[in-house]
Amino acid sequence: MAYQEIKLYQAGTFVAGNRLLDQEQRSVQARMGRSNTLTSGHRACQGCGEALGARYVLDAAMRATDGKVVAANSTGCLEVFSTPYPESSWQLPWLHSLFGNGPAVAAGVAAALRAKGHEDIRVVGQAGDGGTVDIGFGCLSGMFERNDDVLFVCYDNEGYMNTGVQRSGATPPAARTANTKPIGAASGNVFGQGKNVPLIAMAHEIPYVATATVAELRDLEYKVEKAMTFRGARYLHVFVPCPLGWGAASKDTIRLARLVKETGLFPVFEAEHGQVTEVSKIRHQVPVEEYLKPQKRFAHLFGENPRPDIVERIQAGADHNIERFGLLAGEGEGAELPGA
Amino acid sequence: MLSQIEGSQAVAKAVGLCRPEVIAAYPISPQTHIVEGLSDMVRAGELGRCEYMMVESEFGAMSACIGASAAGARTYTATSSQGLLFMAEALFNASGLGLPIVMTVANRAIGSPINIWNDHSDAMSMRDSGWIQLYAESNQEAVDLHIQAYRLAESLSVPVMVCMDGFVLTHAFEQVDLPTQAQVDAFLPSFEPRQLLDPEDPVTIGAMVGPEAFAEVKYLMHAKQMEALDEIPVIADDFRQAFCRSSGGLLQPYRLEDAETVVVALGSVLGTVDEVVDGFRDEGVPVGALGIKCFRPWPIAEVREALSRAQRVVVVEKAFAVGAGGIVGQNTRDALRGQPVEVFDVVAGLGGRPITRASLRGLLDDILADRVDPKRLHFLDLDFALVQRELERSRHGKRPGPHAEHMLRDVGTVASGAYE
Repeated sequence: MAYQEIKLYQAGTFVAGNRLLDQEQRSVQARMGRSNTLTSGHRACQGCGEALGARYVLDAAMRATDGKVVAANSTGCLEVFSTPYPESSWQLPWLHSLFGNGPAVAAGVAAALRAKGHEDIRVVGQAGDGGTVDIGFGCLSGMFERNDDVLFVCYDNEGYMNTGVQRSGATPPAARTANTKPIGAASGNVFGQGKNVPLIAMAHEIPYVATATVAELRDLEYKVEKAMTFRGARYLHVFVPCPLGWGAASKDTIRLARLVKETGLFPVFEAEHGQVTEVSKIRHQVPVEEYLKPQKRFAHLFGENPRPDIVERIQAGADHNIERFGLLAGEGEGAELPGA
Repeated sequence: MLSQIEGSQAVAKAVGLCRPEVIAAYPISPQTHIVEGLSDMVRAGELGRCEYMMVESEFGAMSACIGASAAGARTYTATSSQGLLFMAEALFNASGLGLPIVMTVANRAIGSPINIWNDHSDAMSMRDSGWIQLYAESNQEAVDLHIQAYRLAESLSVPVMVCMDGFVLTHAFEQVDLPTQAQVDAFLPSFEPRQLLDPEDPVTIGAMVGPEAFAEVKYLMHAKQMEALDEIPVIADDFRQAFCRSSGGLLQPYRLEDAETVVVALGSVLGTVDEVVDGFRDEGVPVGALGIKCFRPWPIAEVREALSRAQRVVVVEKAFAVGAGGIVGQNTRDALRGQPVEVFDVVAGLGGRPITRASLRGLLDDILADRVDPKRLHFLDLDFALVQRELERSRHGKRPGPHAEHMLRDVGTVASGAYE
């Protein structure tokens, strides 16, 4: 992957500053020419992972297409905080229709652009996890199956945050939401439910599927730019912490996004035509507790009546991912670097 | 050019002549032949760069049309019945956004019980969706209305639904005069979108609106529909001059001038209604008919004027508001508020039951002889005995079971055997 070419890995922050890099190696965000597609003044919460992810995704898409992007947005936090009439934070042509139809609307835009001979203009569809994995899933699968020329981006904060933090098909086991409270024998969301849409997208054998987190923004930019080199249906699943819904500190958004990958709970990978092509290795494996403890949605696993048995099941899920995707770095894959 | 052609194929050709750029459709009877015809045309390259999207649902079809229309393409879809309901959320969205999508609704009943045959309960259920609703009486009119619909939709930036009776029209082979491409091109200018997703001039479409302006945005939707009441007759008039035949408009009066009793109806049943009117006229009884060509917007002043000399108005409609009464009937009564006229609500032709001349004649005979109570909702040709028997059965036992199966067994149309 492109970002791995830069052999800088600062133990402690794990982040290489842009000022250490040549102009050409700097991120889209660090360049003078960034488009500020989602510009300042919107009403997202402090520390919102989705706002950060959307800004990086769309600016990278704009850079990759010489500013020729149309966005179709499903209903959700991103739509609400960016467009209370008559204000709009969008500096690109942007269309919001409904909660469940973002992928179909995006596909319609792409069809119109093709019919009009404007194939240089590219389409990005975007939604939260509810609009992607649940209510919009039929339209999403249809868009994949038809191989419509759309990059669809899911900003996954693992629940229905806009409606007050309810469980979605992307909510992890044991997480407390407004309708998976640890009441009685129940301990948050149940195990054995939920769906992995990146894998389902791969099953459609679409040209490109990738996952990313807002902790590794250069990787996110790289994946968007790479996605724009393909025609047809592409899917990008971005892990975006939600301080409000998770009961986490705003300052911890990046840390949690990093930890979710470093625990193995969220595999970061790329796939082309149904085959995994790249896996982002864990450099500094951490136990799941480190990721769970800063979040109040998992507080019931630790407090006065701790549930080490449940933590163990979550750890088993992470271990399963590590094995399934080969997430641990070996020699020559970063394992030799400091911090690993 | 005159052709002996199936209604669906004629509509497909008419839509093709309108040069659509994106067609998104999902199969449902009895609409399917229309989009099959268009699929053939797209594959044969007859529609230029037109994109035909085989979407995963009607919800997806309307959603794709929303995206395509906002991106500046002339869009088309067709549906029926459950499909129209499945796209309901997107219908309101398309009209709220003011996107000039044209859709054919091949009218079909809504389940349950599931039924594929014609009535108007699908389109009527969406009467408040903000779409203009035009109703075709014949296949010729269905063809003509689609051409007018695009001009209307695009001149006001509102979506238009052309309703044609499923099977009765869609599957009927009739002589239809199909216009030439040059005629349609002269009548229908190319689509100039009022709002466009364009990277050169980025706009935000579909922003959230709170209490401070929501009513005003909604009012504009209403104002556009009121504008349509002026625009529709102008377009129908232009059409008559360009194509040398009358089609569309708001209303179609038939032998109305001195009529004391007027039948109000919409769609293909108007032909039967007119024949029944002729029968009365032959006997010197002053009966007339008023065809509703445009149900949304509701031409309230025009209906009031057209019915101003009537003493009795009989609204025959293929749908009803369960638990309330007639739908067109209520609108007609509203138009006649304060007028000394009795309005009879008659529900007929549900789920494909034929509305015959004999039935209509009998109904009007009863009304003229004061044998019908105008304060009640009437169901033409309802088998009351069948209903009574099922009501009786359902009073027995803790779990009397499903009505539909019982009634079919009662009338002897299921293999499980008839009741004794």
